[in-house]
Amino acid sequence: MMDAPDPQAVAGPSPSITYGPPIAMLAELTHRCPLSCPYCSNPLELTKRDGELDTQTWVDVFRQAAELGVLQMHLSGGEPASRRDLEDLVRACREHDLYSNLITSGIGLTEKRLTGLKEHGLDHVQLSLQGVDAEMADLIGGYKGGYSRKMDVAKWTTALDLPLTLNAVVHEKNIDRLPEMIDLAVTMGARRLEVATVQFHGWADRNRAALMPTREQAKLCGQRVAEARERLKGVLVIDYVPADHHADYPKPCMGGWGSTGLNVVPDGRVMPCHAAHTIPHLVFQNVKDTPLADIWWHSSAFNAYRGFDWMPEPCRSCDRKARDFGGCRCQAMAIAGDAAATDPVCIKSPLHAQLQDMAEAHAQGDGELTYRTMPT
Amino acid sequence: MDSRLRGNDIRLSATLWKDDGVTMDEAHTPRLLSGCRTKYDKVRGNWVLLAPERAIKLDEIGAAILAETDGERSLGGILDALATKYNAPREQIAGDVVKFLASLRDRRMLEVT
Repeated sequence: MMDAPDPQAVAGPSPSITYGPPIAMLAELTHRCPLSCPYCSNPLELTKRDGELDTQTWVDVFRQAAELGVLQMHLSGGEPASRRDLEDLVRACREHDLYSNLITSGIGLTEKRLTGLKEHGLDHVQLSLQGVDAEMADLIGGYKGGYSRKMDVAKWTTALDLPLTLNAVVHEKNIDRLPEMIDLAVTMGARRLEVATVQFHGWADRNRAALMPTREQAKLCGQRVAEARERLKGVLVIDYVPADHHADYPKPCMGGWGSTGLNVVPDGRVMPCHAAHTIPHLVFQNVKDTPLADIWWHSSAFNAYRGFDWMPEPCRSCDRKARDFGGCRCQAMAIAGDAAATDPVCIKSPLHAQLQDMAEAHAQGDGELTYRTMPT
Repeated sequence: MDSRLRGNDIRLSATLWKDDGVTMDEAHTPRLLSGCRTKYDKVRGNWVLLAPERAIKLDEIGAAILAETDGERSLGGILDALATKYNAPREQIAGDVVKFLASLRDRRMLEVT
């Protein structure tokens, strides 16, 4: 969030609130992915290859994003290396002075390709980690040999002097091995580690019983992160997304709806967050028809939950509303059946006890993993 | 919230100055790490430090410090340059400069060798 009012900001839906231009854009270049992680947060209905935006359209979207005020371009998917034009897209980011971040499983990268991406101006690599050894990682990713390739990609990345972040989704089956993940991140020369407790958007919803950590697991994980942050100060930065199902207050989702970032999905629709497609009444405009700036400032989907005027009680009069913005709209939709409801994670939500009981039941369950299936 | 977007809040550099009592040798040289660079943000009218998953809004002081941090000049040289340029007592600015650089070091955006 900006600490000072932005001179460019315009009045939002409420006269007391202003919002500025977006800082970051998530470019979901493709839904194609060689892995089949059970916690995949992409939608149940995936866009096929022939539905993806072409190179020129993406390049033009990057130009528009830079003009709008985006500073960081996250190149994601699916697996972005599945796009043969990834080099052209990275070069376009550099040409428009956008900071390019490749969010990858590592599959589809070779030493030669990574070297080329750096030459085209790639700024940063974020590599996903499904486990701390081949057995666990390849079980979760559903891709034999994936772990070994990741270790290679990490070595090439640091050898090229590209900054490396590891991203580990933690869940019931791997969360207890966090100390090994932290050690591995240090050994691999990563500067940053993101420890993100599994969330249940998209495909992941089918795996609640298989992946929900217990309250005790979540608590221990938080303690271990705090200890490691102190011990590894100046060595490894750790970002942490706690297990919100076991919390008393919701996360400040997206730093407030339509305030900080935007997502462009493979077919060109623009969404305020990665899971916004789960809110059925929202209509998403497409970069093929509408300028990105118009979508950011004026579209109904982006204005739907900006500011505070949309909030019902207990959010409306809550003194935390400017801190957590009522939590996650998509989680409210999924659990309460109403995207404007208080996030059921919140202790003030009438559904809080039900959510916690459900989380506990899922945590005690030992469901089979249901793997993601891919479009062709 | 999507963790891929979570870290991209802009923060004022002044809030970084949290490490009271930190020391740094004047003979050593601070250098932004690879993947960390400053840019003038034309849309918002200020300088920013771009780093992995972070964009840090720089106030005038932060921008002035990083303008002198070229990877060649020692900390002592940076203090000399800033003192001359802004006609300010060297000792007075040293504390702020060291705290600012140390906070970037702690966040793995800068090394001091």
